[in-house]
Amino acid sequence: MKKSLGAVAVAAAMALSLSACSGSSSSEESATGEISYWLWDANQLPAYQQCADDFAQANPDITVKITQRGWDDYWSTLTNGFVGGTAPDVFTNHLGRYGELAENKQLLAIDEAVEKDNIDLSAYNEGLADLWVGQDGKRYGLPKDWDTIGLFYNKAMLSSAGITEDQMKDLTWNPEDGGSYEKVIAHLTVDKNGKRGDEPGFDKNNVDVYGLGLNGGGDSSGQTEWSYLTNTTGWSHTDKNPWGTTYNYDDPKFQESMDWFAGLADKGYMPKLETTVGASMADTFAAGKSAINAHGSWMIGQYTGYKGIEVGIAPTPVGPEGERASMFNGLADSIWAGTEKKDAAIKWVEYLASADCQDVVASQAVVFPALKASSDKAAVAFQAKGVDVTAFTEHVKNKTTFLYPITDNTAKVKGIMEPAMDAVVSGKAPASSLTQANEQVNALFK
Amino acid sequence: MTTLAKHSRSASAASASPKPQGSHRRLGDLKIALLFIAPAMIGFVFFYVLPTVRGIYLSFTEYNILGDPEWVGMDNYVAIAADPLFWNSLAVTGQYVFLNILLQTALALGLALLMHNVAKSTIIRGTLLLPYLMSNVIAALLWFWMLDYQIGVVNQFIEWSGLPRVAFFGSEAWAIPTQALINTWRHMGYTALLIFAGLQAIPSHVYEVAKLDGASAFQTFRKITIPLLRPVLVLVLVVTVIGSFQVFDTVAVTTAGGPVNATRVIQYYIYQRAFTESDFGYGSAIAVILFLILALVAFIQMKFLKGNESDLD
Repeated sequence: MKKSLGAVAVAAAMALSLSACSGSSSSEESATGEISYWLWDANQLPAYQQCADDFAQANPDITVKITQRGWDDYWSTLTNGFVGGTAPDVFTNHLGRYGELAENKQLLAIDEAVEKDNIDLSAYNEGLADLWVGQDGKRYGLPKDWDTIGLFYNKAMLSSAGITEDQMKDLTWNPEDGGSYEKVIAHLTVDKNGKRGDEPGFDKNNVDVYGLGLNGGGDSSGQTEWSYLTNTTGWSHTDKNPWGTTYNYDDPKFQESMDWFAGLADKGYMPKLETTVGASMADTFAAGKSAINAHGSWMIGQYTGYKGIEVGIAPTPVGPEGERASMFNGLADSIWAGTEKKDAAIKWVEYLASADCQDVVASQAVVFPALKASSDKAAVAFQAKGVDVTAFTEHVKNKTTFLYPITDNTAKVKGIMEPAMDAVVSGKAPASSLTQANEQVNALFK
Repeated sequence: MTTLAKHSRSASAASASPKPQGSHRRLGDLKIALLFIAPAMIGFVFFYVLPTVRGIYLSFTEYNILGDPEWVGMDNYVAIAADPLFWNSLAVTGQYVFLNILLQTALALGLALLMHNVAKSTIIRGTLLLPYLMSNVIAALLWFWMLDYQIGVVNQFIEWSGLPRVAFFGSEAWAIPTQALINTWRHMGYTALLIFAGLQAIPSHVYEVAKLDGASAFQTFRKITIPLLRPVLVLVLVVTVIGSFQVFDTVAVTTAGGPVNATRVIQYYIYQRAFTESDFGYGSAIAVILFLILALVAFIQMKFLKGNESDLD
């Protein structure tokens, strides 16, 4: 309550300053003044600050104030802002969240502007622009970037295990015996006595290096944890995507995959879930505790930035249906419905989605921009830094991606699936226990 | 915790000040008294009474904060009664409160006796309060790093001494005891200070008489110190029990309810339902239940431990 009174005071102060502003400049169009912009990834801040500076130079009447907030606080602070009237004019939006925000009328539909300003939606990588059309058929954001999943591996550990980088490019996986993926993981696992995971006498309770790192249970999406495996079997999270209304965690095919995944920890090839609370998976990889980490393309900078460790990137393994699979997630910039500077906000969003800004982002080699041309430029920029990112880009090229599950109730689904998945991945419950969680999830849509 | 201490202080101040000497005098006092009470009263009404009333109202609604609350009657309470996660959060919180209170009270009593009888230096007494001066979040994060399974310094020591590493925050068996120990460490200095104040209020002649009668140190402690300390101990217990039922920040910045549901304490569950899942009606209903539980616990403690009477009179 203290907080919201503070917010009221801030809002009141803002209202005062706003009215003072508009009083003086009411004769001009409203595309002037300072607009606020939020994002959560600190790695991307320098690129977007550059965009904001360029934008301000091209539009002297508008300045953009960027605020970066960590992911953990981002959404609750944003919600407080919606209620208290202090939300940013423009903010980085997530597929898992925007459905609820649109439904609660917090987002500004931008169809008119997109039409009027002739934004070429086909210039974006396939499907990215359409993700931001809500259930009501209105457009709530313009795509800014995309990400896929790949396997980061420690080159030194690979060569000492006698595994070639070409082998890593042709891994196969199936839920019965794990395919060559499990064989490689087992061989890369080393216990305290120097015995490998596939050698007799391997001590699974005293492991020095795990073949595969573990990020967590993966809650509802398993974005980096297990979806690159489960979705090669023909399984998908929901009945349709976007805007599915039935989740499929009760599918025996999915549960078989999850039992295999949890089994890795039991065999000693992957750390136990309980040991991963705290230090991040990337940092433990850098500390030499795991040989392969499945992670998203937004982590390229982090993995290749560690000193004294050579990192390679392989594509995710080919599944039983003969294809690879990677979750395809994309962010967009959305406008808050309560903005006082609609025109300036639209200008800024269109600039963020334009080649001018996305090329700047590409040149910094931190993420893949949404525009096809800018994506290619980013791949070149990564190459210039000595990083081969084909593992990520070929998913898009070969159309082996599937979309992040976009539904209503995503926060509640996560609330139910997080403990349920933790229980399975930690070996406390069999994957068949997910059937009950799935019933709870699907009850949300009735 | 601080709230309750503040209230009991202002309540006793209010009841102590108007010693009536004449009716005109009393009326003059009342005006001044009201003036002095006003700042606290305004704060109390705006920051406690009104939000509480609104919270009770919201507990009968479905409310996602962005729309308008919609009246649903007892629906939230019916759903809570059938919610295994609610009962789990009660059990987990109970476990935390039990461990925290047991350790904290025992250690604080010990520290207070040491302060009273051995460590007379103000610096040493002041040092005991240091952990309490640290923000809860900072304390929790420091321990989170020190106790980390992979890279924590504590686990390095454990391994050097030949024992297996302990997943302090990651294992379901350890997660709650670890949280309880951290908060015991942070709060025991403050609790010790409260008890220490109580010890100083016990007149020294009582001890002199006991000594003359040949009572041993243990007998003195059991028959004199503890009974005479009772009102302070009751206050300490009421305040610390209420405080530990409301454990939140340590959990929020470390385990966030996990592993599985091992640290999904009641306050964290309220936060999750309300702020993460935008179900403010449901969250408010659990908060109302927690309020009732705490009121009952405090009442029972005051009633049966006779906290409002002293054996010194």
